[in-house]
Amino acid sequence: MSAAATLDTPLLDEVLAAAKRAGATDADAVLAEWTSASAAVRLGEVETVKLSRERRLGVRCFAGRASAVASTADLDEGSVDRFVRDVADMAALVAPDPDAALPSPGELSPDAPDLGLADRASDSITPEERIERARRCEAAALSVDPRLTNSEGAEFGQSSGRISYASSAGFRGAYETTSYSLSASPVASENGGMQRDSWWDSSRALARLETPETVGRIAAERTLRRLGARKVPTQEVTIVFDPITAASLLRHLAGAVSGGALYRRSSFLLDRLGEEIASRAVTIIDDGRLAGGLASRPFDAEGVATRRTPVVVEGRLESYLLDTYAARRLGLATTGNAARSVGDVPAAAPTNLYLVAGPDSPEDIVASVDRGLYVTSLSGFGVNGVTGDYSRGAAGIWIEKGELTHAVEEVTIAGNLLRMFRDIEQVGSDLVFRASTSAPTVRIRRMTLAGS
Amino acid sequence: MSNSLEPKPVSAPQLLADRFGLDVDALEATLGTALARRADFADLFFEHRAVHSLSLEEQLVKKAGQHVVQGVGVRVLAGEKTGYAFSDDVSSDSLRLAAENARAIASEASSSRAVDLRRATPRPSRDLYAVDSAALLPPLAERAALLSRIDREARAVDSRICNVMASIGVEERLVLIANSEGELVADRQPLVRLSITCLAEDGGRREQGTTGGGGRVAFSFLAGDEERAIRFAREAARQAIVNLDAEEAPAGEMTVVLGPGWPGVLLHEAVGHGLEGDFNRKGTSAFAKLMGERVASELCTVVDDGTIASRRGSLNVDDEGTPTQRNVLIEKGRLCGYLQDRLNARLMGVPATGNGRRESFMHYPLPRMTNTFMLAGEDAPEDILRSVDRGLYAVSFGGGQVDITNGRFVFSASEAYLIEGGKVGRPVKGATLIGNGPEVLKRISRVGSDLALDEGIGTCGKDGQSVPVGVGLPTLRIDGITVGGTQA
Repeated sequence: MSAAATLDTPLLDEVLAAAKRAGATDADAVLAEWTSASAAVRLGEVETVKLSRERRLGVRCFAGRASAVASTADLDEGSVDRFVRDVADMAALVAPDPDAALPSPGELSPDAPDLGLADRASDSITPEERIERARRCEAAALSVDPRLTNSEGAEFGQSSGRISYASSAGFRGAYETTSYSLSASPVASENGGMQRDSWWDSSRALARLETPETVGRIAAERTLRRLGARKVPTQEVTIVFDPITAASLLRHLAGAVSGGALYRRSSFLLDRLGEEIASRAVTIIDDGRLAGGLASRPFDAEGVATRRTPVVVEGRLESYLLDTYAARRLGLATTGNAARSVGDVPAAAPTNLYLVAGPDSPEDIVASVDRGLYVTSLSGFGVNGVTGDYSRGAAGIWIEKGELTHAVEEVTIAGNLLRMFRDIEQVGSDLVFRASTSAPTVRIRRMTLAGS
Repeated sequence: MSNSLEPKPVSAPQLLADRFGLDVDALEATLGTALARRADFADLFFEHRAVHSLSLEEQLVKKAGQHVVQGVGVRVLAGEKTGYAFSDDVSSDSLRLAAENARAIASEASSSRAVDLRRATPRPSRDLYAVDSAALLPPLAERAALLSRIDREARAVDSRICNVMASIGVEERLVLIANSEGELVADRQPLVRLSITCLAEDGGRREQGTTGGGGRVAFSFLAGDEERAIRFAREAARQAIVNLDAEEAPAGEMTVVLGPGWPGVLLHEAVGHGLEGDFNRKGTSAFAKLMGERVASELCTVVDDGTIASRRGSLNVDDEGTPTQRNVLIEKGRLCGYLQDRLNARLMGVPATGNGRRESFMHYPLPRMTNTFMLAGEDAPEDILRSVDRGLYAVSFGGGQVDITNGRFVFSASEAYLIEGGKVGRPVKGATLIGNGPEVLKRISRVGSDLALDEGIGTCGKDGQSVPVGVGLPTLRIDGITVGGTQA
């Protein structure tokens, strides 16, 4: 990627001109172009090979303070003109909203720095190489232990794309991205019981992707340790979240600090800016410019510069994540967090969100627990963003006197997110950026576990 | 709806010419290209989908959107292998390129087979959702007026309702499927969905209630004489107000009574996914070796039926062109059927069941549910509640999820009450229920006479693909399932 990534200027310029002709007072347009390819292997044989390309245009037109959005894949000249006219007409029928507007020119990103988001060198990887990587990954998983008798397969995928954006506020920019991913899901059986787990990695550069052998081995280890799982009695107990499940807690928090939930008054973190919402062990950063980050971008979906935003610093809520509209509603400034699917209205969302690593190794954290559950998997949707009430299915490993003992399943863990963040006693040193939201191991003082 | 459901099958060649600018020759040529190597099967899936959305919050109709998705997917099957390529450009050149890419999974050269798409393809004479475009999508102003009315009616329920968020999505999906067996079939699939969330605030405590409904129906389903939209609005408001008084939910194993309708999500998670053909062919489902075995109490008969008129989960034909049907999954407690698409049916040596579905042309088909429900039993719902000394009565749910390999499933209650001495008592906060599919259904001890299907809001996700589905349930009693509250 570079700042000079070709902007499809004729098309986007034509869209903005067509919007003006149709009577729109303002407009913006995003063009997303993607190609992707994947290969999946199961039990050593090719299962699925998939190839695709997409090109999609999204347009928003304003009629004063009223706006409408639309998207299309039909990019013929005549069709685009008609399409834009329809959007402008639709905007004129919607109620005016005093805060709906494009960002002011002063808020627009002056540049588009190269954030290392595209690895073009690996773009020419062949279909056979994709199959081979998936095959090696699954083979590595199944070779770990004879109890690994079946598989949901392994998959290698890659995609490359370009996002171009222009608005009548005066912004034009484009950037390119690539991504590579690898995953494996082996199945283990023992004494009539069957368990499945998985592991994956994803990266913007192929060279930084974990090897097929590493991904396969970790998938196998995660699956094997679920064998022999049983229920434990209902009790209040210490909970240790592994990095994967700890990251899900950050996603719940992200929803509650994002603009939409706040102006709708449907966030458990409403009106808490500046308050202690977590223990002092907790510092959470949103960084839209993390080099090579899976959610990095030089500018947001409204052309505003992305940035590094400390959201929680040593437990104190320092910033919300905002787009232009939510910021105006709340009397604050945008934080460059506008995101949009091609055909939708921009809305605030986190970029690369992470919990800053703490001093303790994950082994030391487990060793410090007398009785508790080490959670490796969560299921279901039992999280209420309005109240913070939390109740989810969990599986993991029982901790007894600092030792990981037997596998646990068919239990729930419940509490309230605000209470849970305040009860974080330890944060691990094992932070790895594997997805757009990342966390190290986390220890929570006490939650309700429901089991037998 | 006042209009009778007259069969008005979509003409495939007509749709092909009008919407995609292609003729049958181009499809035969593409299938020929796809079959140029040794393959068992190939199909083309054309889709044109227009979605119109409108939403209200803070008493303003703020958002209007219109999205058109169009493209074609080409699939080639050889043994257990699937090659898939898609393009949002439906020109002859793109079709040929996609066919060449999709056939890459078949390595051996073979003489190309000619495909004849001019034989008449048998398709159901029924049309489960004959709604014309004007009745499906009234002018924006009319939809906006309904949203404003929903807002007023919900706020009128209680002064503590502080925000109402409502959205209407209207979709028209045209699909056309041509395959190497010479079948050519088209379908037009309307879909209407209203969703409402009410927020209630009282002395610093905030709670929400969520409802909605719809189906493959005319817009008048929501706004017409029955005023379903208004009923949904009042229901969302009522739920939010009830939750303002909800206490901490209990934790641990206990007797649970599920109300009728949407709590049928239990079946979707506990058995439905586990009976999908792909997991059973691969032997990765907890139900894989249980065909003919007792998996539920004998009070339980569970069906998946894609043929119910106007339902959100119904289809005339599935996304492989197979007519949908009514499939009995569990009969009086015994496992008797799987849900199949063509690939898994062929590999398992059984007929396809009309359950091959895909989110869009960007996805290949998978075995999926349609409308999944349990047949009514004989008990009066009041008697079922009276039979419980202490337990949980759960009447409204959010989503659920299942690990098909170990059978553990969860589903999350969003409105629930304690049962004390056979009476419905205090409301408790939402909690997740967790159990093991093949075990929990054996603990069903009472089944009510009040079977209801849900209102038409369900969406099922699998392998990153979302499809509309329905569920249904009579009131039933489960003698022991783990409830994930906070009160140990």
